[in-house]
Amino acid sequence: MYRQPVSRLWWLKKRTYFVFVMRELSCIFVAWFAVFLMVMVFAIGRGEASYQRFMDWAASPVVVAINIVALAFLVLHTMTWFVLTAHATPIRVGGRRVLAMREARVAGRIVPAATAVRVGGRQVPAAMVIASQYAGLVVVSAFIAWLVLR
Amino acid sequence: MADSIRMQVTRYTPGPDSVPTVAEYDVPLRKDWAVLDGLNYIKDHVDSSLSYRWSCRMGICGSCGMNVEGEPKLTCATFLTDYAPGPVRVEPLSNFPIVRDLVVDIEDFMEKLPRVKPWIIRDDDVTVIDGEYLQTPEELAEYKQFSNCINCMLCYAACPIYGLEPDFIGPAAIALAERYDLDSRDRGQRERLDVLIEKEGVWGCTFVGECTTVCPKHVDPAGAIQRYKLKAAKENLMTFLLPRAAR
Repeated sequence: MYRQPVSRLWWLKKRTYFVFVMRELSCIFVAWFAVFLMVMVFAIGRGEASYQRFMDWAASPVVVAINIVALAFLVLHTMTWFVLTAHATPIRVGGRRVLAMREARVAGRIVPAATAVRVGGRQVPAAMVIASQYAGLVVVSAFIAWLVLR
Repeated sequence: MADSIRMQVTRYTPGPDSVPTVAEYDVPLRKDWAVLDGLNYIKDHVDSSLSYRWSCRMGICGSCGMNVEGEPKLTCATFLTDYAPGPVRVEPLSNFPIVRDLVVDIEDFMEKLPRVKPWIIRDDDVTVIDGEYLQTPEELAEYKQFSNCINCMLCYAACPIYGLEPDFIGPAAIALAERYDLDSRDRGQRERLDVLIEKEGVWGCTFVGECTTVCPKHVDPAGAIQRYKLKAAKENLMTFLLPRAAR
């Protein structure tokens, strides 16, 4: 038998593989932003001079360049995961809870037993799940904007 | 429309060949011909030594899966005209060892599948004489999608994780576990979770999603795996938080 080798560049062979690897890579930039924000909070906590030093550092071309790349990855991260969530957790609406009759054996005799299960209904379309996530993102962003800018 | 199309077919004979080679054949291009018809033409009229698997020609036996232009496809349901003017590349499914030409060895899957216990498990011992297990059409609808799996292995060929981590139990096996978990007659969730909660179970999956894209029967293995991850995560959390008796 011939074992087919997996090329080191397998992730360049298909667009979907490439997007997947970029999505996985995006977590590094999510971590970067988390650290960036934490350092900012610490700087604020240490007083105005410290905050100014942080802002000067954040305005340096290298940090700005990193943040632009990080933002692009963050957008990719958000968009891809919003799409995936719809597929990972199907949400069902409508239908009804019914008592499903099941059999159980009690002391050697078969007796009916009841369990409540949800049946029927229809699955919420993926587009609607994705749209509601964006709506949630807008609400949270608006709240934070209000908090910062007021 | 041209009256013929060139097929580039992987050839490999263990022994004489150390690596697979590509052979080119011109086959008639007919509107109603699938890639499989092209292969059958080669076998009948050009080279009878060409080896490949096929049976039903109607997308239900799951044996004619191959990579067509790099995409895992059922060759009986993939039309030559879609690749005109050609050439069209036909290779064995990726991630499996090649036995000969386009035939791959799926022994690894055959060993993994029974591990997830894809059958109805009962905690009682009701016999046939006691009667059948009843199920409503709504209860059937709960798992029907996952029962459409034909074990064609396209999802394993499409999964880069399976290629890189051969211990990963894989998309179809997990989708079939979900099929039985969702069956109202089944009581085996616990037993299946014990197998799939492991690292080479659902956690091997990083949600590339290609298994669902290539599935010819719309089973959605990727969705099944993510749902299993929720179950596994919940179980891990319960184990962590609750004393044994309360679980």
